[in-house]
Amino acid sequence: MRVALFATCFNDTMWPSTPRAVVTLLERLGCRVDFPRAQTCCGQMFTNTGYAAESVPLVRSFVDVFGEFDAVVVPSGSCTGSVREQHAGLARRAGDQGLERAVEQLTPRVHELSEFLVDVLGVVDVGAYFPHRVTYHPTCHSLRMIRVGDRPLRLLRAVRGIDLVELPSAEECCGFGGTFAMKNPDVSVAMGSDKARHVRETRAEVLVAGDNSCLAHVGGLLSRQRAGVRPLHLAEVLASTENAPFTPEGVR
Amino acid sequence: MTVQGGVPDTSEARAAILERVRAALSAKGTHYPRTDSPEGRPSDIPAPAGTTHAVTELFVERVEDYRATVVRCPSTGLGAALAAALGEASSVVVPAGFGTDVPGQLLRERDVADVHAVEGIDAVVTTAALAIAETGTIVLDHGPGQGRRGLSLLPDLHVCVVRADQVVLTVPEAVTALRPSVMAGRPLTWVSGPSATSDIELDRVEGVHGPRTLCVVLVE
Amino acid sequence: MSRTFVGMPTFPVAAREAVADTQLRRNLGHATATIRARRTAAVGEVDDWEALRVKGAQAKDRVLADLDTYLLQLEARLTEAGATVHWARDAAEANAIVVAIAKDRIADDPTPEVVKVKSMATQEIGLNEALEAAGIHAWETDLAELIVQLGDDLPSHILVPAIHRNRAEVREIFRREMVTVGRPAPDDLTDEPARLAEAARLHLREKFLRAKVAVSGANFAVAETGTLVVVESEGNGRMCLTLPDTLISVVGIEKLIPTWEDLAVFMELLPRSSTGERMNPYTSMWTGVTSTDGRPDGPQDVHVVLVDNGRTTVLADVVGRHALRCIRCSACLNVCPVYERVGGHAYGSVYPGPIGAVLGPQLRGRQGALEQSLPYASTLCGACFDACPVRIEIPELLVHLRTKVVDDHRGGVPTPEAAARKAGAFTFTKASRLEKAQRAATAAGRLLGRRTHLTRLPWPLSAWSEARDAPAPPTENFRQWWARTRAGDAGDERGPQGEGQ
Ligand code: SF4
Repeated sequence: MRVALFATCFNDTMWPSTPRAVVTLLERLGCRVDFPRAQTCCGQMFTNTGYAAESVPLVRSFVDVFGEFDAVVVPSGSCTGSVREQHAGLARRAGDQGLERAVEQLTPRVHELSEFLVDVLGVVDVGAYFPHRVTYHPTCHSLRMIRVGDRPLRLLRAVRGIDLVELPSAEECCGFGGTFAMKNPDVSVAMGSDKARHVRETRAEVLVAGDNSCLAHVGGLLSRQRAGVRPLHLAEVLASTENAPFTPEGVR
Repeated sequence: MTVQGGVPDTSEARAAILERVRAALSAKGTHYPRTDSPEGRPSDIPAPAGTTHAVTELFVERVEDYRATVVRCPSTGLGAALAAALGEASSVVVPAGFGTDVPGQLLRERDVADVHAVEGIDAVVTTAALAIAETGTIVLDHGPGQGRRGLSLLPDLHVCVVRADQVVLTVPEAVTALRPSVMAGRPLTWVSGPSATSDIELDRVEGVHGPRTLCVVLVE
Repeated sequence: MSRTFVGMPTFPVAAREAVADTQLRRNLGHATATIRARRTAAVGEVDDWEALRVKGAQAKDRVLADLDTYLLQLEARLTEAGATVHWARDAAEANAIVVAIAKDRIADDPTPEVVKVKSMATQEIGLNEALEAAGIHAWETDLAELIVQLGDDLPSHILVPAIHRNRAEVREIFRREMVTVGRPAPDDLTDEPARLAEAARLHLREKFLRAKVAVSGANFAVAETGTLVVVESEGNGRMCLTLPDTLISVVGIEKLIPTWEDLAVFMELLPRSSTGERMNPYTSMWTGVTSTDGRPDGPQDVHVVLVDNGRTTVLADVVGRHALRCIRCSACLNVCPVYERVGGHAYGSVYPGPIGAVLGPQLRGRQGALEQSLPYASTLCGACFDACPVRIEIPELLVHLRTKVVDDHRGGVPTPEAAARKAGAFTFTKASRLEKAQRAATAAGRLLGRRTHLTRLPWPLSAWSEARDAPAPPTENFRQWWARTRAGDAGDERGPQGEGQ
């Protein structure tokens, strides 16, 4: 199976430790992972702000770069959603039937990380070790756009040493919303404060999610409050083992 | 728009709207419908046992959930049940065609020319067209025994007599059964518990403009 | 009773004030949490809820796909049943029709007045103001509408227009205002909801008994039978629909459903989604002029005003038209995290919340700054779609409208945002360009040394850092790490050949 990693532009640039953790994790599970360097961005930030025309070349490039792979793994629910739920519509809007067909052929092979692990590789216990108190926030796009369901939680429950605590009102949006965080900062922060409060109520030291963008928002609020809670991508928890445990200094 | 005899002529607007609708419907384009759905939630409705007994039990439970009262009686005990249901009410309006004797000081529908005259009467007794178990609803099609709509609206107590064999399980069953009434031009009133409001802090309060007390007499 | 939404600022501006209103936050947080829990329970009881949603959506789509035919069918049935059908292209026409009928019936009364059942359509067209201008008082009879009307306030929710008020505020309004328009509030009125409801009962009873003309909307209009349906709780609807001589129902042309049997689906979907009840206390269904067993029953002078007011424009947009499925249950408002914190007024129309954010710009056009800001008043979290009983894909519609807003501005002088987006898209189209841009980030990361967080960013990023720390860029991005550690791997062969490597 030829597995490609779509790191996502955001992770590539700002959170390289996440795609690195995906590589570590998938290789540990016996996959051979490619990183096609021509990849850039799924176009979500353009599509969702109304710049559909600007997204179309990115759809085309996504198909070109990933078209031949058996599976594309994405450590982001939001970017997975953008590819699976929006690319075909964008191609159709541009009147490009060939592109639309190519998108429709590719998208069933595009998987968010937890989907890939549970559905494609068929593993729940990935051999991880993470001796920390953790709470999990299901991000909106993983929950309601691509519907990963409880896959991330099943993966986390199988982690050795973990102290997993339930997040109150977990399914409520954190208030990030991409451009929303900038265009409606007051509401965004009001929502984020409630999420941060719920996180603090759990007394967890680590807040886990499948999207670094949402984690940047809630994490940024928690950091401003000096709350002592670390935001961390699911991949980094799952990549951690007894022999190579997670260290905060990992990347910088 | 010209107005004649208090009736405006809107035929021009009519033609224009229909034309706009037709033009809109010829618009081209595609929409991607979502095929996914939230994960299904299990039902806690007891599976219908198919027997009248289970259906009436469910009906009683659901009516009581609305804080309405249910009085159950055999057909021979209806008079006594009505007396119990009417309690303190000293004046009662009785619709034409209500087949049972009602105790108390009665106002007969045939003596009510204008339903406004019912204001001030304590209680009303009616029958029903049917009832719905799942939702605890009684439906009036205002046939014999049920009275004009105002009769069951102005008094503060509504006593409604339902026969057990009139209770259907689901809303779709009820709607299907009500088709003849609608085709005959009858109005329908669906009643689920006493009048209520949640308009203040979403706090449910029983009793606003309609009858503040609903009593269902179930004849088994 | 003269306040309108005209001249409202953009959503973010109005929202800033709303999120700072502690009383509003508390009132809304409490109310929406209560109703959400009720809805979840009521919906959870139905084991084929998904199938019902699909049926509801399909029934509405069927009507919309042949709307002209269904409208004519409804008109024919209503006319046969003795009702008079009127058509209105816009709000002004609809108001003129109602005013003309009402005036003819009650102009000579010492105090001309109509009683009203809560109706979104009449709010949308500003009927009360039009009646007022014609010297006719319009009394709202729904409790929440009464609170809004007496308080000279604006509605902030579809189902519970006074959701932003708490019991203490309601008591104040009743004590102060009831006396000015009729029976005063009882002297010993407390803030218990039951006592407040009773005060409304006493205050309105004389109006119900006196009124000659009632104005209603309709939740559904069954094309096959000509039956109109009003779903309510308090009994004020039944009063208005049965006691007066004249009944004028203002009905949006999207309120149709095809057949009598289709009604069953909506009678299951609406109450559970709306108030979170298995069934609402009262539903009235009537077909034109009604009589029961030979006796006239209810108004004998019956009018139905079919209103377009922008709906055909919405219908012409193949994506946007899905908003016309809306049955105004307000479930999307109650689950919306933005609505919960901002309330309804910031949406600037009688349609607040997620559905308001998509209906507003569609019905009223996208010229206004407020209308342009509405599609962005959402995180696209998708809770509204999951709650919507007729499966309106509100997030998709919001994105669709954002695209329209952006496209409206193409061709002119680009906004700073548009310029930035264009530059961004240019960067992302080629990996080589992205890599160049990324090098700036990692250079900054190296410059920042051991700092992991940034607390103050320059404009426009200050919108972020005002309340949130930002992560410092890393010293090595992923692509650089891959090149450093995996050089010669399969991945590299697939790199952007000969492009700036
Ligand atoms: S959009 Fe859907 S959920 Fe919102 S009010 Fe309309 S029908 Fe209800």
